[in-house]
Order: sequence, then structure tokens, then C-alpha cells
Amino acid sequence: MKILVCISHVPDTTSKINFTDDNSKFDTNGVQFVINPNDEFGLTRAMWFKEKQGASVDVVNVGGAETEPTLRKALAIGADSAIRVNTAALDGFQVAKQLAKVVQDGGYDLVIAGRESIDYNGGMVPGMLAGLTNANFVNNCINLEVDGTNATAVREIDGGKETVATTLPLVIGGQKGLVEESDLRIPNMRGIMMARKKPLTVVEPVDANAETSAVAFEKPTPKGAVTLVSPDNLDELVNLLHNEAKVI
Amino acid sequence: MSVLVYTESEQGKFKKTAFEVASYAKAVATQLGTTVTAVAINANDASALGNYGVDKVLNVSNSQLDAFNAKTYADVLKQAAEKENAKVVIVSSSADSKYLAPLLAVGLNAGFASNVVDVPSSTSPFTVKRTAFTNKAFSMTTIDTDVKLVAVSNNAFGLVESSGNASAEDFSPTLPESGVTVQSVDKATDKVTIADAEIVVSGGRGLKGPENWGMIEELAEVLGAATACSKPVSDLGWRPHSEHVGQTGKPVAANLYIAIGISGAIQHLAGINASKVKVVINTDAEAPFFKAADYGVVGDAFEVVPQLIEKLKAFKAQQ
Repeated sequence: MKILVCISHVPDTTSKINFTDDNSKFDTNGVQFVINPNDEFGLTRAMWFKEKQGASVDVVNVGGAETEPTLRKALAIGADSAIRVNTAALDGFQVAKQLAKVVQDGGYDLVIAGRESIDYNGGMVPGMLAGLTNANFVNNCINLEVDGTNATAVREIDGGKETVATTLPLVIGGQKGLVEESDLRIPNMRGIMMARKKPLTVVEPVDANAETSAVAFEKPTPKGAVTLVSPDNLDELVNLLHNEAKVI
Repeated sequence: MSVLVYTESEQGKFKKTAFEVASYAKAVATQLGTTVTAVAINANDASALGNYGVDKVLNVSNSQLDAFNAKTYADVLKQAAEKENAKVVIVSSSADSKYLAPLLAVGLNAGFASNVVDVPSSTSPFTVKRTAFTNKAFSMTTIDTDVKLVAVSNNAFGLVESSGNASAEDFSPTLPESGVTVQSVDKATDKVTIADAEIVVSGGRGLKGPENWGMIEELAEVLGAATACSKPVSDLGWRPHSEHVGQTGKPVAANLYIAIGISGAIQHLAGINASKVKVVINTDAEAPFFKAADYGVVGDAFEVVPQLIEKLKAFKAQQ
């Protein structure tokens, strides 16, 4: 089985979010970038397939040279090779079109992408990629088994989960649950050394425009101080929720 | 040219979000000077949509659509959008709608904005406000394609009643092969889900163990709320992952979020920041959650929550 894991290069979860150029651009100053957490679960599941079922695992990112350390980290975790599509990621549709070309050129059986990135939270790339490549698609995937060309997936739904049967080629939008958090891998020294020698191919983009543009950003209005209520006066809390906040 | 809206139903009955996206669609249609057409799949009484601004309902009735299937549903909506020459298509932020939306975007070659929290600030260029950076910021996003697809965040717009009558029309789209077959569904049908809930009651490690969740459930029941938990609680297996809210769990955009025994890690706060009013109950007055909360009680959950349940029961009895 040939697996492609899509890796989004995102600000670390604890990053302070600021903007520059009259609030039109994300300020990367001082921000540490990491593998998108939802992609990390997918990458670890891909490693499981590689080790248990003999799959090959490539990773891909759409972005400039600054994203290569993130791809190298994925290689250090155990991916076999990396592909960087040499263009800025502008929006979900444009990224999906770039990835679709990589998928078609590489003849991948299974594509694993995180259900959404933690920066722009569009949640659109996995589904668009499936639509563009005419592959089957399972979103919010929390378990995946593959037997030959048949796959069984579990996906989270509102209020529970459902099990579905499908076939390869398949794209999944993965998330926590694909593997346990305790199974996520941290690159060790040997992995880091090996990653330096693994191929990282840079491919040029296909012609694809962004369909949406983030023209300005704003931060939420700063919150006022919390109103503390004494544990001995919970009538006051009920009163505030009813009369002031009007939520009960 | 109308605004097309997908109004979700379950076992024939519209979900609350169906009325919310219909209300949103009406507001957009008013801006554009056009009408609202809803697509209702296997719904029992589509006329209810008229109360939320829908002018016409395309009723799709087909037993093959009893179980949700993203690809098939996306194709139904694509055919409806093409039939109506819709330039704006609106869906909710339910798990199902977010599953089908990117497939629909490809089918319609539509630019797609998800997590939208307000009506367009401009219709030319078509500009919407959406959350980004896991609720740490908003992005003003333009959609530049001829057809625009918008997923509205739950509870962001609310319900707006209007006194219209929706005309009904049967619609029989061609159903494609789905490629994905549902084998089993494991869902508690009697519980309010986090996605649909206006109020969410959430417990953290401060509750000390799963055996203490009874009071969380009782508080949720009194309020008609969904139950949720913090990441450590789901990691410890006290509660299912489907209840974990936060950056790698479920996002919560409730009107009221009550956090009990949750300190408020940045990843948890990112997941609940879209909620309008936050209440925190915690023994530790220094817990970071107090900085993000609107109302707080510094106290022991095991003493505060049972009392709060009694106070709320008394309050409800008076209403």
C-alpha cells in the first residue's frame, strides 16, 4: 500500500497570535511551527500501517522552503520520503489542487490528512482532495483498518460514532483517536540523522488560483474581569445567568 | 437566482440548526435582493421552514438517503443548486455538513468559507467574518468565485422568525454511487449533542473520577444541556473522546459553557472561546480559566454543583 500523509506547517498550539501589515498578515515573528496536531495522529497511523502491513509512507506539504524543517521532522518520525510543492499555501482549494496533482502523479492508495489545520481551521482540504481525485472519503476518522483494497473506518459523528465500509483509493480526514496520544512519536537522534539522508523532493506547482482570500484579521475584543460569586450565594449566579447574561 | 440552504433533519424532524441556517440564508437573500430555497431530505413537515424565511422548499424523499452519505448528499445539493441557479449555498457546521461541504465545493467549483459567524459585511466582494487560529482570531474572508459556499458556525446567528409561507416542490435528483457504506451507528439518541447544544456542562480532572459524573449529568439535565469534558478526562478514559472539547477535540460554540474542575489550558480555551458566556467552578482561584470566564465560583465542585442543581431546579419551577 502506498500512503501519502499531508502535513500542514502550523504555529505551535501555545503561540500568541498577532498580525502585521495593517492586520492583513499573520505575524510569524517568534512563532515556532510544528506538524499540525491532526496530521500527527495520521502520520503515526501511517507508521503503524508501514510497520504492520508493509506500506510505504510519503509526506507532502504545500509551502515555501521555510516548511522543510517540519517535513524533516515527519521524516525523522519515520516517513520514507517527502515532497514539497513549491508555492505559498493560499487557501484550501488551491492547496487541494496542488495535492491532487501529487496524488495523481504518485498513484497513492491511501491519503491521510488532518480533519483541519489549527491555523485557518477550514476543514476543507481532505474533502476537496477526495473530490478532485475521485477517491472515497471519510471525514473525522478515528479508526482505520485496511485489508487489501477494502477499508473499514470509524468516524466521529455528532453525539457518537459510526463505522463505514469503503474501498481504496481513499482519502481520510483524520484526528485524535486514529492513534492514542501516548503513541505519538517524538523523533529520536537516530531518526533525525536518518532523516537528513532521506529524499525531500521539491516539485513546482500547477496553475491554480485561490478561490478565497483572508483580507483582514482581527482579534476578539478583550474580555472584562470575571464576576466572582460566593459559593454561599448561588442564587446570585442563577440571577446573573438569567437577568444579566440571559442564557437561562 | 436564489440563496440555497441545506436544512438538516433527523428521523424526519428538522434540527435546530436547520432553522438557524434558514434564518441566516434569509438575511443573505435580503442583502442580495433575492429569495431562499431550502433543500429538505426526508423531512416530514417542510412548511415549518417558512417561519424562518424560506420561500421555497425542494423536498427530496428517497429511502436511499435515510442514512447520511456525504458524497450522495453533496451531489443532491449540487443538482439543487444548479436547478435553482444558486449563487450562494449555505450549510451548517454540523459534522455531517462539514463532511459534505468540501465535496460540494468541488462539485460547484465554489469558494468555501467555513466557521462563519456573521452575515456578509459586503456582497461585492462577498466578504464574511469567520473564526481562525482556533478561535484566537477572526478572519475577514472574501469568496471570489461565481458560486459561494458558506458554513455557518452553530449558535453564531441564532433563530430569526419571520411570517412567510414556504411553497413546496418535489425534487428527485439522480443519486450517484456513494463508495462509502454505513455499517453501524453508535449514538445516544436521548442526549443533547455538543454540536446542537445551547448549553454545555463540562467536567475536568477536578472531579477526581468517572464515578462522580452523576452530578455533571444531573446539572446538564436540569439545563437541557450537553455534557462534555477536558482532554485529560478523555485521555484517562473517564469519558468518551466524543465529549472531549478543545483544540484536538470538539469545538464548542454554545450560548453558555459551564466548566467544572477544569483549570483552562490554552488548548481547552481555544476550543471553547466561541461560546458566548462562560462560567467556571474551581477550587483554585489562580486557575487560568478565571481569566477567560464571565462568571466564576471559587469553591469545591462537590459542594457547589449539588447546591447549584437545587437552585436551578427551584428557578425552573418558578418559570
